[in-house]
Amino acid sequence: MPPLLSVYNLKTYFHTYRGLVKAVDGVSFDINEKEIVGVVGESGCGKSVSMLSVLQLISSPPGEIVDGKVIFEGQDLLQYQPKGETMSSIRGARIAMIFQEPMTSLNPVLTIGRQLTEGLEVHLSMNPQSARERVVELLRLVGIPDAKGRLDAYPHQFSGGMRQRVMIAMALSCNPRILIADEPTTAVDVTTQAQLLELMQDMVVRFKTSLVIVTHNLGVVARYAERIYVMYSGRIVESGLADDIFLNPLHPYTIGLLKCVPQLGETRKERKLVPIQGLPPNLINMPSSCAFLPRCDRARDICRQKPWPSLELIEGQHYVACFRDGPETP
Amino acid sequence: MTSYIIRRILMGVIIIFLVTVMVFLFIRLLPGDPLTIYLNKTDMQQLTEEQLFELRVKFGLEKTLPAQYIDWLGGLFTGDFGRSIYYDIDVGLLVRERLPVTLYLGALAFIISGVLGLSFGVICALRRGTWIDTLVTLLANIGITMPSFWVGIILIYLLAVKAGWLPVSGFTSPFTDFWKSTRQIIMPVTCLALFPIASLTRLTRSSMLEVIQQDYIRTAWSKGLRERLIISRHTIKNALIPVVTVIGLQVAFIFGGSVLIETVFNINGIGRLMTQAVQNQDYLIVQAGTLIIAIMVVLSNLTVDISYGWLDPRIRYD
Ligand SMILES: Nc1ncnc2c1ncn2[C@@H]1O[C@H](COP(=O)(O)OP(=O)(O)OP(=O)(O)O)[C@@H](O)[C@H]1O
Ligand SMILES: [Mg+2]
Repeated sequence: MPPLLSVYNLKTYFHTYRGLVKAVDGVSFDINEKEIVGVVGESGCGKSVSMLSVLQLISSPPGEIVDGKVIFEGQDLLQYQPKGETMSSIRGARIAMIFQEPMTSLNPVLTIGRQLTEGLEVHLSMNPQSARERVVELLRLVGIPDAKGRLDAYPHQFSGGMRQRVMIAMALSCNPRILIADEPTTAVDVTTQAQLLELMQDMVVRFKTSLVIVTHNLGVVARYAERIYVMYSGRIVESGLADDIFLNPLHPYTIGLLKCVPQLGETRKERKLVPIQGLPPNLINMPSSCAFLPRCDRARDICRQKPWPSLELIEGQHYVACFRDGPETP
Repeated sequence: MTSYIIRRILMGVIIIFLVTVMVFLFIRLLPGDPLTIYLNKTDMQQLTEEQLFELRVKFGLEKTLPAQYIDWLGGLFTGDFGRSIYYDIDVGLLVRERLPVTLYLGALAFIISGVLGLSFGVICALRRGTWIDTLVTLLANIGITMPSFWVGIILIYLLAVKAGWLPVSGFTSPFTDFWKSTRQIIMPVTCLALFPIASLTRLTRSSMLEVIQQDYIRTAWSKGLRERLIISRHTIKNALIPVVTVIGLQVAFIFGGSVLIETVFNINGIGRLMTQAVQNQDYLIVQAGTLIIAIMVVLSNLTVDISYGWLDPRIRYD
């Protein structure tokens, strides 16, 4: 069965005053049906831009999707106008998104009920009454107490965690095939974070939806994701099943990331948390060689001479973009 | 909410009171004596001291300042604005005659500037960077820098004197002769509305552009809503919040502007009445006019504050 969503060689650039920012530079990934996929990487590596590009939600100018394909249910979404009818009929209805900032992602001047029902009215042509009933049901499902009474409340009357629950209900309201959660838990405390992740996992199972969890926290994906993509500086540097990534990480960046995650049951003596040295690269005027090179502790001559290697299959579904321990000279 | 409004009304009353006290004092600080001006007008320079004193008593000018103020204030509560020294008639009568003219022009200017300013601003924001945006923004920037009385003079010269399309000045009630009235008010209303249109356009444009970039607008897009709905439901209400303050300020601006514009266009409204009253040191007319303007401004600010609550649910009145 072909994947539900296939992104090929996606390139999204920003034209800024300081120069061309290659925020996403040749990213490919697949999402299968009912699968939970993690996308991991440092802040600024292009995770959000990749996901927004899938739905053509990049503001242009300054952003521009310069190349690539986004194949969803057999059609390339990038051939459609960003503000056109086809994209609108897919957004929210077939592919839904939850955003990073629960405090600002809901409209402050509209009631929760209004913001939840409008998707149902637009995509499923529900009348206001049945849309409201469905919304109450959804809010109950995501664990909002007194769902009916809170329909006419405004976002500022909800806590951050509750707003993210509202966002989850909103995203799932039209029963989408894919739910993209862009760091849904960065802005909430650890307990709430765990609750929200559990809730999302329950929901996607119940709704038979695929889930993409975007995060810079490997601990989050470890628990939920079946497959993982590791991004660095606008590209995917390693991908594979969760076990491949956690038990057999091959890219020095992935290895570095794993060293910064505390493992359960570990005492301080056994292992130190090691931060990755150096800073993420500046995305303007990048050299053609591996972007991780300046921070890599395993760099070799070939890394300096050759352009950034493309993803290479290691075994099964495990891919890595690194010269690793291959021959010193090709 | 109710207690908030009551508090605000009390505040407004205090402000109006302070304004009346200040105007009462300042107009009396001006050198000169209103009676002298009155006497020059009526050719009664040969009065004896007694006769002069009688006149003073007639207009209540022989009393101390606090006593005069209290007289005036007390009169207000019974609807008595006092007697004009210069015209020698009831100020209330003058105000009732002149105020509708100013209100009519002002209301027209206010409505036109609101409608045009908001529409221009929204259109510019939606068509950002196109020629229409560039043109309207340029015109708005010019409109903000031009003094309204100067525009009035230019308009009179071009449209009335040179082209002869519109009457040079004057005012006729729309109930008497609607067509003539409309032709007469085109230029003054344009002058009054020009600055409000320009500033509202600029503010609405920048406010819209600001809102369009917000996260919740991206959320609205991600839900699959069409642009029309996103603009009408998600953007405009948010963009209006800062604009409403300025709309409230326009009331004060338009009233202030009417003082100049009515003089330029020879219109017998409250503005012109006040200008002349200042020249004639006709104390009670100046006081009455200022009182009316102060009440208008306070009321418009109150309306702004209340409409905030309607626009922005985050605002709590307590
Ligand atoms: N509107 C924009 N204009 C210019 N550059 C942008 C814009 N949006 C994103 N970028 C650039 O694209 C790069 C990738 O941004 P992105 O938001 O995808 O990062 P991210 O991986 O989601 O990070 P985070 O974990 O902080 O959310 C960043 O370096 C950023 O500077
Ligand atoms: Mg992000």
